[in-house]
Amino acid sequence: MEASAATFPANVIKALADSQLQYAMTETGPRFQTKRSVARDALPEFDALRDQSRDIKNHVLDHLDIYLERYEAKVQASGGHVHWAATAEEARAQILEICRKANARVVTKGKSMISEEIDLNHHLEANGIQPVETDLGEYLIQIRNERPSHIIAPAVHLTRDQVEADFRKAHTHLDPNRDLTEIPALVEEARTVLRQKYFEADAGVTGANFLIAETGTSIIVTNEGNGDLTQTLPKVHIVIASIEKIVPTLEDAATILRVLARSATGQDFSNYTTLSTGPRRDGDPDGPEEYHVVILDNGRSNVLGTEFQDMLRCIRCGACLNHCPVYNAVGGHAYGWVYPGPIGSVVTPALVGIENAKHLPNASTFCGRCEEVCPMRIPLPKMLRHWREKEFERHLQPASIRWGLRFWAFAAKRPKLYQFGTRIAARVLANMGHGKGRLRNVPLASGWTKYRDFPAPQGKTFQQMWKERAK
Amino acid sequence: MSSRDAMLARIRSKVSKGNDEARRAAVDAHLASHPRNLIPARGIGDDEHRLRVFTEMMQAVGGSVEVVNDINDVPHAAADYLRNSNLPAQLRRGQDAVLAKLPWHRGTLEIAVGRAEESDRASITRAFAGVAESGTIIQTSGQDNPTTLNFLPEVHIVVLEAANIFASYEEAWSKLRGQFGEGTMPRTVNMISGPSRTGDIEQTIVRPAHGPKNMHVIIVR
Repeated sequence: MEASAATFPANVIKALADSQLQYAMTETGPRFQTKRSVARDALPEFDALRDQSRDIKNHVLDHLDIYLERYEAKVQASGGHVHWAATAEEARAQILEICRKANARVVTKGKSMISEEIDLNHHLEANGIQPVETDLGEYLIQIRNERPSHIIAPAVHLTRDQVEADFRKAHTHLDPNRDLTEIPALVEEARTVLRQKYFEADAGVTGANFLIAETGTSIIVTNEGNGDLTQTLPKVHIVIASIEKIVPTLEDAATILRVLARSATGQDFSNYTTLSTGPRRDGDPDGPEEYHVVILDNGRSNVLGTEFQDMLRCIRCGACLNHCPVYNAVGGHAYGWVYPGPIGSVVTPALVGIENAKHLPNASTFCGRCEEVCPMRIPLPKMLRHWREKEFERHLQPASIRWGLRFWAFAAKRPKLYQFGTRIAARVLANMGHGKGRLRNVPLASGWTKYRDFPAPQGKTFQQMWKERAK
Repeated sequence: MSSRDAMLARIRSKVSKGNDEARRAAVDAHLASHPRNLIPARGIGDDEHRLRVFTEMMQAVGGSVEVVNDINDVPHAAADYLRNSNLPAQLRRGQDAVLAKLPWHRGTLEIAVGRAEESDRASITRAFAGVAESGTIIQTSGQDNPTTLNFLPEVHIVVLEAANIFASYEEAWSKLRGQFGEGTMPRTVNMISGPSRTGDIEQTIVRPAHGPKNMHVIIVR
């Protein structure tokens, strides 16, 4: 799917003016934040588990080639198949091939961000196979032909009224006079419609939260139970996962699972954590007859061994989105590709190229909350800064920013000049404020004052006041 | 070069510092010893403590729990539960030997055996383990307790022997290795904490989503 991250500024203006989106987003961040902090406070070991989780993933990344080989051998020993995809194109082709061999017409799908990344649904549709998303949020955006706006809550940008309208449009076989005003009625309708699809499906595609090298196991973490029906009822189970999903052992998975749900939804543990290893065994009355894992690189190996490697520790919990003032103001679609929020602004440039994602590193106030809440302790602000440096090196910013930075650097390197300049500026701005304490317009900052007043300085700089206090 | 070899070579070129022997040894040692990391204190304690924490945690996520003192009381307890839920006295179970031996006639229940069918309203399974720290049931796939029993019916009744309530996931992993062998797993291991739910519309929690509406755990002391 094309990335429209390059139009981020235009996307933001649209998002801020979208009243339905703004309504949907009002409570989103605060609710997620409260749930996480309650779960964190209830587990005294939470921060120590974060440290260990970080260390586990660092160890994996330093040994990634070897762990992938061990993982593959275990999958094969349990009767499964591993497919290696360097690019999105390769992954799509491999999945299509597996579906064709199974004569699949309908494919149910559990929630997978990798599937979004490789734009699997459109590829299957173009080849005559009907993909059916079964996670409620993913189903909602599928019938709207949209991308997810949140990593774990794909339809968080929608209101119940929009969902009702979409269901009336999509489910024309149902009574047009049915009552869909309450959310449980909407959920019940989705349950009924999708239940049939699980039985019709010839193959089920899921993502993976983890791949365990010790046992050749893939793990999915869900609350709805849709992923389990998707991977249990059809004849073929296809897992699509990226290279960095590897964890060494069951013990290591348990440690990271303890921080995943708490960081994501504020649950101690998600309702369903499912470990799948190979196809059904002799005598098993249910489960798939074939088990395939498609392992995707798609640019991730480029950041191994670089200052960006830490991003590969990400477990896609969404905590950085929930705590980001920028994300909560503009929603996920403004980011223009698959991964929104702070982690999206870090990952997207790595996967689609900084030239196609050039505004994203600037979609941050550097307030640091993302790093504060990240269960894997990814230094997100530092990585955004690295991307800004790349942007600067590669001349991707407008001339005004480059000249502004150069001018500022010139002054900042000369303390006397800097102090003189800021004294003058503080005094001038204070006078312009006419004692009202705020400014309607500030020269060269109309982009800022267009949306809110600029707080006027009190007349003295910080350094002046510091000196006076020291006396 | 195959895609596989190209991908692995590329990753190796990024992470190897000419120390592949040592890296390989480190990986194999870690996989063989699978050391435990930090285990939260919450679930750790004597039998009564684990039973109490498990019960509290399971109830907190919307499941219900009752304790019976004799495993032969399970059919009666299950029948009562179905009656109070306004469901027919019908249950589907797998071939689990412990469940097979129970006096089902006592509960006037109609029992079907096998994987779940679309029309099944309620199932009963025997848990492989329970984990106190998060009120989690662990089920392993196979003919004894088929996976579909955990997901298709609207009511899932679970028989959990108190001796199988562990403090942590790690203890359940030890039991898995003991039963299935080192590095070997059944097709599916389900860790289930309460009935199915979704928060995908306006972050409002609704039960059920796609799985069971109710989960009832009968703990056998």
